[in-house]
Amino acid sequence: MNFDFSEDQRRLQEEVRRVLTAHSTSAHVRSVLDGEALFCTDTWRELAGIGALGIAVDEVHGGAGLGLLDLCLVAEEAGRALAAVPLLPSIYLAGEVLKRAGSDDQKANWLPQLASGDAIIAAVLDERRHGVLRDPPLAVTAGKLCGVINAVPDGMAAGALLTLVAGQIVLVDLAGPGVERRAQKSLDPTRPLARLAFADAPLEVVGGAHGAKVAAQVVNGAAVLLAFEQLGGADRALHAARDYVMERRTFGRLVGSFQAVKHKLADLYAQIEIARAHAYYGAWAVATDAPELPRAAAAARVAATTAYNMTAEESLHLHGGIGYTWEMDCHLHLRRARWLGQIIGTEHLWRERLADALIGKAA
Amino acid sequence: MDFDDTPEEAAFRAEVRNWLQRHAMPKHGKDDKFGEGLEQAAYLTAARAWQAKKAAAGYAAIATPPEMGGMGGTPAMQIIYNQEEAKFLMPDRVFEVSLGTALPTVAMWGTADQKERYLESAFKGDHIWCQLFSEPAAGSDLGNARTRAVREGNGWRVSGQKVWTSGAHFSDYGILLARTDWDQPKSKGLTMFILDMALPGVDVRPIRQASDEAHFNEVFLNEVYLADDARLGPEGQGWKVMISTLMLERFSLGDHFAGDLYAQITELARHVEWDGKPAIEASRVRDGIVDTYLAQFGVELIVKRGMSAISRGESPGPEMAAVKLVGARAFQTAGALAVELAGGEGLLAHDDLGAEWRLPQRLWMSGPGARIAGGTDEIQKNTIAERVLGLPGEIRTDRDVPFRDLEG
Repeated sequence: MNFDFSEDQRRLQEEVRRVLTAHSTSAHVRSVLDGEALFCTDTWRELAGIGALGIAVDEVHGGAGLGLLDLCLVAEEAGRALAAVPLLPSIYLAGEVLKRAGSDDQKANWLPQLASGDAIIAAVLDERRHGVLRDPPLAVTAGKLCGVINAVPDGMAAGALLTLVAGQIVLVDLAGPGVERRAQKSLDPTRPLARLAFADAPLEVVGGAHGAKVAAQVVNGAAVLLAFEQLGGADRALHAARDYVMERRTFGRLVGSFQAVKHKLADLYAQIEIARAHAYYGAWAVATDAPELPRAAAAARVAATTAYNMTAEESLHLHGGIGYTWEMDCHLHLRRARWLGQIIGTEHLWRERLADALIGKAA
Repeated sequence: MDFDDTPEEAAFRAEVRNWLQRHAMPKHGKDDKFGEGLEQAAYLTAARAWQAKKAAAGYAAIATPPEMGGMGGTPAMQIIYNQEEAKFLMPDRVFEVSLGTALPTVAMWGTADQKERYLESAFKGDHIWCQLFSEPAAGSDLGNARTRAVREGNGWRVSGQKVWTSGAHFSDYGILLARTDWDQPKSKGLTMFILDMALPGVDVRPIRQASDEAHFNEVFLNEVYLADDARLGPEGQGWKVMISTLMLERFSLGDHFAGDLYAQITELARHVEWDGKPAIEASRVRDGIVDTYLAQFGVELIVKRGMSAISRGESPGPEMAAVKLVGARAFQTAGALAVELAGGEGLLAHDDLGAEWRLPQRLWMSGPGARIAGGTDEIQKNTIAERVLGLPGEIRTDRDVPFRDLEG
């Protein structure tokens, strides 16, 4: 039995961590937080430079020709570093759709640009089942895209949008005619959102009639990859709290010597390790295209969402008053945990999927 | 990343499976147990006979070196054997303490004479061993042991009380922690002994548990005389000996906390009605099944990581510390959900409700015990906080004080 990452994969992870420690510092992340940039170009360029963006892309298309297991470890480090870059839309979603379902031309056109980071594709592939805003939904009429989509990650930075409309995956040039877009304020400003409105925008179809199936597979993969980002973030937030309570004294003792604090941190650790176990299983399922993927991906997503949200909340709390200031990074974790846990479907939706996978469809 | 055996492991597994198929009956279900309704004496006879058969085939002590009567295999091979054996009907748990902790401790600390005298006969099933550590005032705090061993002639006179001793009522020997120096601080004045359970002054009384079972005992020691050759390890080193015993548990992966309880609850819930509809459709039940799966399968996956480390010849990682904390709590929560499924009728014992309710009812009532035995939730959390996260130890007032000056 070899249920773990290999030594080569761990070395690659260390390399990614080394690069992100230097190129996704708090100052880098905050350049996006303060609205100076749509994403951190330095972080993005460095990730591209070590081949991390194209790690799961074939060599003929400019990638490293490794697999999704390796990409999972890139994701874990990106989460740990709070990297403010468009990995989710461009790499986890668009890249994977094009790899699986793109025509030869589409692959040749896009994959090298995605791997080099030169192109960014926004992508929304999940069914949006909860809604407040009452804009007309996306629809394809006479081969053109109409309607509005809100809260699109990296919608301002992207050159194209990949999305699922009526069971078809369509790709739209955002610089083309019939496209209007504006930035929307995100609860995690380091991961910006946008409103995209289409009026007879030209489109091309990706993957023909199998769009919904491909999208579901790719979204399951993204759930696993995001779980690794969440794990990395949770681990960082846990250790930030640990380091702080080992420094801060109160009532003549280290804060970390109080059992209420120790037990809280121990509970978080246990929760994170359970989430890690499910994430590894999800990684195995996604890398081997196992039939267990829907169950494994949903479990990875639910466990990691709970773990990161809880850890971010309690890590801020354990920092006391200073943790509730703009200068400290605690709120960055709180924001990122919420954003990651809701961006491709809420915890409720994924719990339903997990229940469906375990016991069959709800009536 | 994969879940496959290495070629060597696969070959060993096939060999073991083949041997088991020729010598034992396969289980038909999870609740299938060997010797249902068998008297204890007959059960023990069967257990000793099975152990003898294993010893003859070389499977009695797989990871123990050959010079101590074992096979000289790897810990991974021992785990593979255990996994395969669990699929067959046979007397279980009788030799768990003997083989898992007591005899390895004798192998580690015993004199040449002790090893020759005790190891092989126990591997062959002639003798069953237990572990006499806990006391009424020494549960989580084992260093507080008050059982007294006083030098007398060329031996020791031992008096005191042990408690929570698994299998003491059918054991032939035990390893016994006793205090030999009351002027030393608590953990420094202890010594380990080998206790012949048949000696005069040893009185074993089963404890009736909250679950109405009796797996544990109180053991009263009243002026028991031990020759000095019963001492295991140096005088005053009992704490160190005991820690090495407890360390052995890092290779026992706690996989009994894993499992598919979620599937069993699902099965039950399909056949129970809530408001005229299958209970399985209720959001409370679906959520409960999801939580049970996340906890128990999560534990199973951590155990698989531990197993992978052992297979590579390493020790399992710190994440193993989460297994018992999460697993035992999941037992209790899932057991309660299962009992709740049947509503008012769910309060009937399985005798009236049906055999399929026996396992969930047993789990419901064993959950509270699992959260205490082998380290309470609170001790587990301290361990994670201190050993894994490096937080400070508890403030202690008893560390450097001679034991006789401590209160309580």
